[in-house]
Amino acid sequence: MDIASWLISTVSRALAFGVPLLWGTLGEIYAERAGVVNLGVEGMMILGAFMAFAVTQSTGHPGLGLLGAAVVGGIAALLHAFMTVTLRANQYVSGLALSMFGLGLAGLLGRGWEGKPLGNPLPSLTIPGLSRIPVLGPMLFQDQTILTYLGIVLAFLLWLLLFRTRWGVAIRSVGENPGTADALGINVTLVRYLCVVFGGVLAGVGGGYLSVAYRPSWTEGMTAGMGWIVIALTIFAAWDPLQAIWGAFFFGALYHLSYRLQAYLSPELLKVMPYLFAVVVLAASGFGTARYRRRAPGALGVPYVRGER
Amino acid sequence: MKRIGPFVLERKLHPSRAAVFGVSVLSVVVALLVAAPVFAGYGVNPWKAYEAIGRGVFGSWPSFSEVLRRAIPLILCGVGLTLAFRAQFWNIGAEGQLLAGAVAATGVALFLPVPDGLKLPLMFLFGFLAGSVWGLIPALLRVRLGVNDVISTLMLNYVMAYIVEWLVHGPWKGPTMRGFAYTDAFPLSARLSYLPTTRVHWLTLVLGVVLAFVVAFILARTKLGYEIRVVGQNPDAARYAGISFTAVLSLVMLISGGLAGLAGVGEVAGIHWRLRSPSHISMGYGYTAIIVAWLARGSPVAAIFTALLFGLIFAAGDYMKTVLGLPFQITGVFNGLILFFLIGFDLLMFWRVRIAQREKAWTSQAGS
Amino acid sequence: MAGVFMEKPASNEHPLVVLRNITKTFPGVVANDNVTFEVRPGEVHALLGENGAGKTTLMNILYGLYRPDSGEIWVQGKRVEIRSPRDAIQLGIGMVHQHFKLVLPHTVAENVALGLAGTPFWAPARAIAKKLRELSERYGLPVDPDRRIWELSAGEQQRVEILKALIRGAGVLILDEPTSVLTPQEANELFKVLSRMKAEGHGIIFISHKLDEVLSAADRITVMRRGKVVGTVPANEATKEELARMMVGREVVFRLTKSTCRPGEAALLVQNLYAKNDRGLWALKDVSFAVCRGEILGIAGIAGNGQRELVEVLTGLRRAERGKILLLGEDVTNGSPRFLSDLGCAHIPEERIRMGIVPALPVEENLILKKHHRPPFCWRSLLDLHSVRSFALKAIEEYGIMTPSPRTPAKLLSGGNIQRLILARELSGNPAVVIAAHPTYGLDVGATEQIRQILLRARDEGAAVLLVSEDLEEIMELSDRIAVMFRGEIMGIVPAGEATLEELGLMMAGEKRVKVGE
Repeated sequence: MDIASWLISTVSRALAFGVPLLWGTLGEIYAERAGVVNLGVEGMMILGAFMAFAVTQSTGHPGLGLLGAAVVGGIAALLHAFMTVTLRANQYVSGLALSMFGLGLAGLLGRGWEGKPLGNPLPSLTIPGLSRIPVLGPMLFQDQTILTYLGIVLAFLLWLLLFRTRWGVAIRSVGENPGTADALGINVTLVRYLCVVFGGVLAGVGGGYLSVAYRPSWTEGMTAGMGWIVIALTIFAAWDPLQAIWGAFFFGALYHLSYRLQAYLSPELLKVMPYLFAVVVLAASGFGTARYRRRAPGALGVPYVRGER
Repeated sequence: MKRIGPFVLERKLHPSRAAVFGVSVLSVVVALLVAAPVFAGYGVNPWKAYEAIGRGVFGSWPSFSEVLRRAIPLILCGVGLTLAFRAQFWNIGAEGQLLAGAVAATGVALFLPVPDGLKLPLMFLFGFLAGSVWGLIPALLRVRLGVNDVISTLMLNYVMAYIVEWLVHGPWKGPTMRGFAYTDAFPLSARLSYLPTTRVHWLTLVLGVVLAFVVAFILARTKLGYEIRVVGQNPDAARYAGISFTAVLSLVMLISGGLAGLAGVGEVAGIHWRLRSPSHISMGYGYTAIIVAWLARGSPVAAIFTALLFGLIFAAGDYMKTVLGLPFQITGVFNGLILFFLIGFDLLMFWRVRIAQREKAWTSQAGS
Repeated sequence: MAGVFMEKPASNEHPLVVLRNITKTFPGVVANDNVTFEVRPGEVHALLGENGAGKTTLMNILYGLYRPDSGEIWVQGKRVEIRSPRDAIQLGIGMVHQHFKLVLPHTVAENVALGLAGTPFWAPARAIAKKLRELSERYGLPVDPDRRIWELSAGEQQRVEILKALIRGAGVLILDEPTSVLTPQEANELFKVLSRMKAEGHGIIFISHKLDEVLSAADRITVMRRGKVVGTVPANEATKEELARMMVGREVVFRLTKSTCRPGEAALLVQNLYAKNDRGLWALKDVSFAVCRGEILGIAGIAGNGQRELVEVLTGLRRAERGKILLLGEDVTNGSPRFLSDLGCAHIPEERIRMGIVPALPVEENLILKKHHRPPFCWRSLLDLHSVRSFALKAIEEYGIMTPSPRTPAKLLSGGNIQRLILARELSGNPAVVIAAHPTYGLDVGATEQIRQILLRARDEGAAVLLVSEDLEEIMELSDRIAVMFRGEIMGIVPAGEATLEELGLMMAGEKRVKVGE
């Protein structure tokens, strides 16, 4: 295999593998921008993956499957929002509970479907015209599903929403200083609920992509820690939807390479790569002045109580 | 203060011990109730199932001993996590630290040429050290480079799990094991003995209980314990008081990771007698230990009892799988639910209900 | 709600706002007890009282942050329910909190646009900028809409807060301790702005505990004490003594008894010190001074001019980039907090609950925070609980810390008792140097008086005291010499006896520099 075709297929697969990470990260960015850490991404993604598979298998429509994934992700996130915003529970613990619960429930419900391939997965697109461009065409505009492009468009839209609109000002203010937002009549609870649930919807879709597009089948634990990578990516992307794009595809490439390079190194060691890199990347961004710039939202992880004395 | 019918809800600044205990029991009970439909979904009457599990698990000494057997790694990991959580260090990495201990113990058992009598002590020593090192890395990453501890400990779980996979598929794969991804079996000198008619490797159990008291003593009566409590309760005050975060968090994670490492030694030397795929060695003890520690509210001694509770849940899971034909994943759902209710009900501890006095009722009605 | 505006001031109009028989309790405290208060269009109505009298609680009720247990609120002759700040804003009520409610990383325009009805969905900050400029010109409140809040001085941030309220059409403006972050000259500027607003028919509620400024800025004065209204008087008929009596409930001694200063050798010597703030910008520039045993050196200045960084560098919590610190003649530059504390440098921190105590730990364990690692409290890394207890009992007795028991969690103590706990801890063992940051901030008069006495006693016993405070009165009362900080520099050091308010104010604003004679 020559270098060009090796590169083409690597980039193409990296894109495909980066999609669930991108969707998940975009969602987590919104939750965290509003001040809520959701460590339940792994659980929401696996529930999304299961739901998408089950619905697609029974109805024959992958679109409906993804819708189901979005709904189940949203419901799971609603639980987290209720725990952390209304009951003011510890956000870390609630998220961990959600992940444990999601992994357990998906494994339980999916037992009958374990290892089954999906009859009608989400179709791949070949974009007319663009796909004919040499090298770039097959690299970027072939064999991708609609979710790849939707994800990128979504990242731009979410960036605009966050930094150029009224809603964005409100969301960021709630995450930085909820007391201030509250004093100006912003409904902190509502904003946090919406952002967390929205984050769950995106995570659900990201999980659904795994079971109806990337690897059209159902296996227990098929998210394989992607949800945790999403948490790391959110920090790595400095809570910025645009930076999430290349962060997600970078890790997508790592995941893909951990399969691709198996001819040269033992597969088990290669699989370590994305997890090891997540730690290394975060450690590297801790050096020097980067700390000033990568500032987390001021009220991240802190429950808001009005008029605390 | 809120009024609901004839009752008044009052906020308390400091929950009583009884309230803490009551809320903890309540969360377990509510989780049992909420999980009931799952049984129904599998065509099993949930009450009958609970009853059958109760009889199955408590019915005989050998079956009850499985509770103890399952509780051993949970005690060790859970006690370590109470220490980490008291210092506000989010050690989600007991799973990886446990595996690190298992790897080190296997290395000693199979490859270190030492006299038979030294084998087990050295396995425990190196297991502790391996867990310590695996725990120390995230502590240093946080103190020195500000890396989020949740993420680093979690990621290192995956890293260690794949290292174990690699070892049992590659360099350490036992030549006598044919197709299986196992190492060779440990020599007899590297195996822990059981209580009669059980699989309770009592040495590890005793170690866990003793260490729980040791950790409790450290927390209450030593300089390190005092500093841990200050760092955990108010990091700004700790900085102000000149307490070294590097020293405190490193020591905390050396102990916390080390205890998880010991749990790993117990599993390979007591149960499996070999290293095998990570999901067989641990079954998520490291993650369950998070709930054990949280339910124990940071008390190492209480963690012994909460570990027994989750040992019971694991044993019940085994029973459901083999006797009732229910999937083992039910335990995962169950654990998640307990943790949810535990933190969800936390707020309850800060409220006290009492019957309203008459004149109070008047003013509050006039006000609204 | 522009409808609230009246063209001409008329003091016998309908009141804009009436709070009637308001009662509010918190666990263990009655914060407001049957309080009635009103403000008319075109008046500045001061709400006077010492800390903890219930002024802020009352205004938080009016602004919808708290719900009263009982009582009525009337706005423009109509009974209203104010459930949230949103309701208050819609009724034309604006509030400038003592701790500004601003989002620091955001721009001025973004802060103003937040939650503002009628801003466009897209680019709300840009749309608001024009209106913001108009308003700031009309009332004399200059700000740049594109600057980020953290870049602004406290005075500028206050202007943003006032503009935020005005742009929302506030007919009633509540100002909570507005002069605490201003120089005397800036305070006068603020009063001019207020009279301009008054002339346009706004009603202004002015919360303060300072008698002089209330007398000069207000039309009417309502005095509160322990949650109750003591009385309301027109400002031109009130005297300082009468107000003070109403406020405290007894005759007040205005002067502390202070012995003459007999300075000994220099215990703390700071030479050409440079340090950076959290954002990596210079916070201290070429700072030099000496504090002698037996004297109090006051550091005056508006918040955010490097005082916090100075205290942190001196106590080992922040790196000195250049320069030297000598403690008792020994070079201790960039020594660790523990090293400095062991050498005899006590630190009474600015934020006593956030930093000074561990709220969940018992009083006795809080009392050994700095000394837990040394005998008699610690032998070979084991704690000696008997020594801890006996030390605690002695300290509780000596400093009059009111606590049910030494095992009570520190968070259950009142502010004054928490500060007594900190002083007991820091001053035990007779430290050579005491660094006290805002030691009486937020405390009631009784506690304030006692804590000032304790500081003076430490000075008389030979400690070198560095007192950092934004309260000029406190600085002038306690200090033997006064240094003024502005933008990280010392503008001058003057003997307290010769300092005037005007001179200090000019130095605080950076408009005057006095040669430092070493």
